[in-house]
Amino acid sequence: MTSRRKTINNEYWDPTEIFMKEYWQEIRALTMRWIRRLSREKFSMLFTLVQPMLFWLIFFGNLFQRAADMQVTQASSYISFLTAGVVVMTVLNNGLAGGVDLLFDKENGFLERLMSTPIHRSSVILSRFIFVMTLTSMQVLVILAVAWLFGVQPVTGLLGVATILFIGMLFGVGLTAISMAMAFSVKSHGDFFSVLGFLSLPMIFLSSALVPLSAMPGWMGFLAQFNPMTWAIDAVRPLILQGWTEALPHVGMVIVVMVMFDALCLYGGARAFRRAIG
Amino acid sequence: MSRAVAIEVSHLGKTYDKIQAVDDLSFQVFTGEIFGLLGPNGAGKSTTLRILITLLHPTSGSAKIFGLDSVKDADRVRQTIGYVPQERAIDRFLTGREHLELLADLYHLSSEAASTRIPHLLKLVELEQHADRPAKTYSGGMKRKLDIACGLLPDPKILFLDEPTLGLDVQSRLRIWDHVRDMRDRGITVVMTTNYLDEADRLCDRIAIIDSGRIKALGSPTELKVGLGGDVVSLTVGEHDRVDALAAAVKNLPAIRAVMIKPNGLDIRVDSPEKALPAILEAANRLTCQLEFIDYHRPRLDDVFIAHTGRSIKDDQPKEDDQ
Repeated sequence: MTSRRKTINNEYWDPTEIFMKEYWQEIRALTMRWIRRLSREKFSMLFTLVQPMLFWLIFFGNLFQRAADMQVTQASSYISFLTAGVVVMTVLNNGLAGGVDLLFDKENGFLERLMSTPIHRSSVILSRFIFVMTLTSMQVLVILAVAWLFGVQPVTGLLGVATILFIGMLFGVGLTAISMAMAFSVKSHGDFFSVLGFLSLPMIFLSSALVPLSAMPGWMGFLAQFNPMTWAIDAVRPLILQGWTEALPHVGMVIVVMVMFDALCLYGGARAFRRAIG
Repeated sequence: MSRAVAIEVSHLGKTYDKIQAVDDLSFQVFTGEIFGLLGPNGAGKSTTLRILITLLHPTSGSAKIFGLDSVKDADRVRQTIGYVPQERAIDRFLTGREHLELLADLYHLSSEAASTRIPHLLKLVELEQHADRPAKTYSGGMKRKLDIACGLLPDPKILFLDEPTLGLDVQSRLRIWDHVRDMRDRGITVVMTTNYLDEADRLCDRIAIIDSGRIKALGSPTELKVGLGGDVVSLTVGEHDRVDALAAAVKNLPAIRAVMIKPNGLDIRVDSPEKALPAILEAANRLTCQLEFIDYHRPRLDDVFIAHTGRSIKDDQPKEDDQ
């Protein structure tokens, strides 16, 4: 087998080992770049982290505390009902915005510079997934911590929190893929942000984030059933409010739905990427 | 003397949305030369460059870089080349050093190799003092130098530069030219695009004039200018009614190729200025024709450009301070 091996510094390396070593070196370096960029934009980082919990959880949650009917939400407080929604909304917004940096890289030529180096084409994409997923998970933890301050404790404990993060990641992968596909396909960043603005709010309103489906006007409830966000929220909410027995069927279901959703998004994303990069 | 071929482009074509951006292009680049692709915006030079650096696939023909096909062997081509895109291909939040560290990982350098090469490159482009500042604080010239350092990081055999001095001030341009010459002197083959005539003329060893996706002329700037035939003597005549008489007298003198009459004088293309000039002056004297101004110049690259494309490159020239 030695004929297949390459020599580096007089050490024998298996081609697969070299491949993995180089692949990891690229992904690590590219992920570091995203982290550095975020850390240099301190205000942007602060607002990214704080915005969802401040705006949605604290303001919206408290504002509707008395307006919301506990019989309808089936929760001890509106904030406890809303927490699952805010968690998934954060996944939605981060995922849909996940391609923005690549869009700017494409527009200013940095992407071209990256692509002229001998990297595996997928490294750029993977680094972005890793970055968006990590950031989103951190935000979700912050949201759960703030909710906890308002008396919302996930009844399923730490394992439940881990499950919530897992569901968030499953949903986030597909959304980030959509965002990156859009970043590679749009002609200008104006188009990108228009589509983003157009997608985001209807996705939230046509889901069980703010009110349960049963309380919606019929046509909205009907549409909301097909929203992958609804599936994610319906799995996250019992993990926070009810317990494993109620949550498990939903968790099982959302995994199946999300795997299909991700497969679809990744397929579309890969096509857009190949068309743009060649 | 036959020279080693670094790049072999044959019958290259690229069509986008039914527009023929590059049409049947063939040329060679020799090792160790500065090769310029000169043409107005939209001529097809950037498309050609992008095919050579493997970012675009040609629709017909092929490009080989040291014998490696730009499509089939793209990965190995990328290991032998460095690329300097147009200005702004810089992450404004990263420092100069971080740019180089990122690229070192993307070229799979070991950390030992990176830690010797990066300081060396920063020194080479005179950015040591500014290496740890975010790139958004850099001037245009400094960004360009960082670009070049990035292009040199893989220790390439061929360096591709896309419009290396677009939008730079005069001093920065001259310094970039020095860097480019220095790279050639160290054995790197340089391929660059430009739409500046003076840059092509003074920096490039050989140039291909490209217009509407085709090569209109190919050779060293001197060859192209000599190939045009004849230097130009321009006379401005004091009494405008004497112009025709002077033209008639000059026309049959030795070493004169062509005489063009202008309202206030003559443009005379001459074969050998040593013979032609005294004869022209004598003829003017004989006719007691007062000459107000005499200008003698070799054909310039803009004369070459006009002769081959039928128009001036300046018509499309972007304004320098647009950036």
